[in-house]
Amino acid sequence: MLPVLAEANSLPQANIPDIQWLPLIPHIVMAGAAVVLLTIVSVAGRWLPGWFASAWTAAAGLAVLATAIPVWIRVDQEGESSTIAGSIGVDQFSVFVIVLLACSVVLTALVADGFLHRESLDGPAFYVLLMLSAAGGITMASANNLIVLFLGLEILSLAVYVLVAMHLRRAESQEAGIKYFVLGAFASAFLLYGIALVYGATGSLNLADIRLRQGGWFAYAGSESSSTDAGMQGVPEGVAMMAADNGLLLAGMAMLLVGFGFKVAAVPFHAWTPDVYQGAPSPVVSYMAAGVKAAGFAALLRVFFGGFLGVADDWQPVMFGLAIASLAVGSMLAIVQTDVKRILAYSSISHAGFILVGVQAATDDGVASVLFYLAAYAAMAIGSFAVITVVSGPGDEGTGLDSLRGLAARRPLLAAAFTVLLLSQAGIPFTVGFWAKFEVITAAVDARSFWLAVIAMLAAVVAAFLYLRIVVAMFLEAPESDAPRLRIPRGPAVAVAIVVLFTLAFGIYPEPLLNLADDALLSLHLHAH
Amino acid sequence: MGGSTVLPVIIFLPLVGAAAIALIAPSRATVLKPVAVATSAATGALTLWLMGAFDKNDGDFQFIQLTEWIGSAGISWHVGVDGISLFLVVLTGLLFPIAIVACDPPHDAKAYYIWMLVLETGCLGVFLALDLVLFFLFFEVVLIPMYFLIGKWGHENRKYAATKFFLFTMLGSALMLVGMLTLALLTARETGGAVTFNLIELANSAGELPTITARWIFLSFVLAFAVKVPLFPVHTWLPDAHTEAPTAGSVILAGVLLKLGTYGLVRFGLYLFPEASQYFAPLLFTLGVIGILYGAVVATMQRDLKRLVAYSSVAHLGFIVLGIFSINTEGIEGGLLQMVNHGLSTGALFLLVGFIYERRHTRQISEMIGLQKAAPVLAAVFTVVMLSSVGLPGLNGFVGEFLILTGAFVAHRWWAVVAAAGVILAALYLLWAYQRVFHGTPDDANRSMPDLNWQEKLVMVPLVGLIVFLGVYPKPVIERMEPAVNALIEHMEEVEGIESPTVGDRPEGSFEELRKLKADYGDEGEGH
Repeated sequence: MLPVLAEANSLPQANIPDIQWLPLIPHIVMAGAAVVLLTIVSVAGRWLPGWFASAWTAAAGLAVLATAIPVWIRVDQEGESSTIAGSIGVDQFSVFVIVLLACSVVLTALVADGFLHRESLDGPAFYVLLMLSAAGGITMASANNLIVLFLGLEILSLAVYVLVAMHLRRAESQEAGIKYFVLGAFASAFLLYGIALVYGATGSLNLADIRLRQGGWFAYAGSESSSTDAGMQGVPEGVAMMAADNGLLLAGMAMLLVGFGFKVAAVPFHAWTPDVYQGAPSPVVSYMAAGVKAAGFAALLRVFFGGFLGVADDWQPVMFGLAIASLAVGSMLAIVQTDVKRILAYSSISHAGFILVGVQAATDDGVASVLFYLAAYAAMAIGSFAVITVVSGPGDEGTGLDSLRGLAARRPLLAAAFTVLLLSQAGIPFTVGFWAKFEVITAAVDARSFWLAVIAMLAAVVAAFLYLRIVVAMFLEAPESDAPRLRIPRGPAVAVAIVVLFTLAFGIYPEPLLNLADDALLSLHLHAH
Repeated sequence: MGGSTVLPVIIFLPLVGAAAIALIAPSRATVLKPVAVATSAATGALTLWLMGAFDKNDGDFQFIQLTEWIGSAGISWHVGVDGISLFLVVLTGLLFPIAIVACDPPHDAKAYYIWMLVLETGCLGVFLALDLVLFFLFFEVVLIPMYFLIGKWGHENRKYAATKFFLFTMLGSALMLVGMLTLALLTARETGGAVTFNLIELANSAGELPTITARWIFLSFVLAFAVKVPLFPVHTWLPDAHTEAPTAGSVILAGVLLKLGTYGLVRFGLYLFPEASQYFAPLLFTLGVIGILYGAVVATMQRDLKRLVAYSSVAHLGFIVLGIFSINTEGIEGGLLQMVNHGLSTGALFLLVGFIYERRHTRQISEMIGLQKAAPVLAAVFTVVMLSSVGLPGLNGFVGEFLILTGAFVAHRWWAVVAAAGVILAALYLLWAYQRVFHGTPDDANRSMPDLNWQEKLVMVPLVGLIVFLGVYPKPVIERMEPAVNALIEHMEEVEGIESPTVGDRPEGSFEELRKLKADYGDEGEGH
């Protein structure tokens, strides 16, 4: 061998990590579809029919769905893994959330169709931002690295800030955009600071590494080799306890929780929710309630259940407190609202509290129950806001409880569909919402959090009152005689039909969805260095 | 899938009828009622057939159908009937066609009949379910049709009453769900088996749970049922709901829905928690006795005839609870019989009050006088029904109350004495109301009131017939209940760990006595 070549071989090589492409396809499709749409419309916008952007988005969502399925199957056969130097996790948990986000995108695109035209907001911007934010959500749901997770969160958030302020001619929309942006930027700062502190405490940004290093695990056990699995099985007794002494880690966790709490609208980080839900265009709200919440909870679970499981004793009480606060504030304050969007905003806070009950369990069953709840809630929320999109009328103004008065007489099917969705949110049997609550309460009881389960159910009863108020307005009150005839565009009609079917079908036979959520285990793959 | 298919047919036939009604075109509104009547009558006929085919010597569940439903969660489709639920099923099958025939909705007939039939499916499902989750699903889903029936076709204050009814009942069952899950998960942990919500399996391992845990879970169940019964002090939804509901709604509410609570106390209280039932029995029968007296006193004060009947329900249901928590054969049998009796007599009373309301457009007692002159047949029927409600010997109410008081006297003498005063009070408020409404000289408004028409007479015939029949000859009912009640007592004694050589043929069997007996013999085997 020539000496020159030998010398070249000994030069330091750029460290290019192995990349599995299959699990990355959903990420690429979602982000790529957004960019391509923007390009197509700017080049050939004049010749495209009005429904093109909406159809493109729906197709992109379905494509993400289709490309996620092979990943699920591969993980099923080969077990979870990670890619790009351990920063993207390839597990069924992330696939479940990706599918959920893809479905949210498809349904939101359907809901937005017609709305944008009605409000003279035509153009691809809405759909591009929607897909970009979903791409960010996908990254959040599969990030095994705190920086990657932060990138995903920022992509998601920035797109949603703009979406919220989309309605150019509504001051409320602008106001909501500013409010959401300022508070959201603040929350992101908290999150970033938390990441820095966690890095300081554990010396790593990789969640699987953090899981091993937390609580002074290095100092205690001396080497990593005695624990080869990513779980806590190999960790000696007493190690987890030491985290309590690690102020840096605790502070970092607290900061992270602030950031996530903001995204999922948990009390006391919820203050933006009613204003933003009320001000933002209704289809955007349906995406925020379904997609953003799901992505937020997925990230929360990845970090806390994935990364910080060893110190679960430290964060469980905090989740307990957040859950109770969210349940109480969400259900109680919803009662005094008169605007349907505000009512549903507070109800979404209450739902976040319910989901936190599942998080608090810190068990695999708890994670499964959270996923099931997120899927159920996404369907109910998108459907509900789709109805509001239709009912609110020109200018997106008619969101008061009055505008729903006598809907059953004007549009019986729409009122019936809305009722199904509301009863599902209340957790009435034979709807998917019942099984969502059933699963969360099961997880809580199994983790011996009996009182939390009791409080959650009591809050659910209080929340039932607010759904009943809407039902009363629709069914038991007479319509205003001068109410204009309600036009229901095809897109929202299809979306509502799909989610109502989903709600009832899985309400009667939830087993397939239960099994999927049970299979979607969150187990971080430890990347070999 | 295994076993008999008759019970699913009974449960879902009304639902099929509801679906059929939903498909009827608006232009053919005249066939709505015939379809509703036909479906509910066919269901009623099936329940009668079920009573005939029922093996009266078997105390176990019959016509069982068991198939896996949500296997991963241990939930199955499990239905069956025994002597405890049989007559409630028949009562449901009977009262629904009567209520549907008797009252026509003033508007939105289609939705009205759909909700009535959905309600029937829900009620039948509750009585026949032998899986805890299945039971809970039906128990909870009953709220929706009742909510709409009250809220949409009720009287002036209907929205308030409907919402109150919904939230009260949901509050109770919310905690029951937690209790139910705790029971299933902890039992699975104790026995090392898979999680199951199968009622029979859970009952068989009822002794496995720690005593204190079982007591807490029992309380969560009892709260749900107490709201439904309703027991004092969670009864406040009842007068509102009953008064504001349309006539058919009141009939079903009083006749069937209240029984969901008392039935639940027997099936899921006594059966699943023998020790806890025994422990909390003093609390519950005390509440029952309070209900008897309170209901009677408040009923006496009412100026609204419908509200008076509603409060009389509180008193009657107090009797039933007293009987159940005497925990002996007489008491429980009396309670079960009284559930049927109350369904018949109070259902009939609400119908009659509804008939009067349709004619006079008022429920105020002070505005009615001397109706006897104007409507002699109505007055005669009212007399029979009212006397049945008072508990006059020879009519059905007497048999039930007598059995309950016998059972209660054996178990807790003084409470039985106090409760007996409730019988006198019942005579007071009902007779006084009768006197004010039917006696006297009618004024102009009351003189011209028409009597019952043939349709109304028709629906009263089976009710009055059964009131008399069960008063004279209750044996066909009691002999079918007895094996199941004895089996229940036997089961409770087994789980309690008491061995008694005379179980089953000892009619006065009560745990108190058994404890005394055992103490006398110096047997220390029962300690926990």
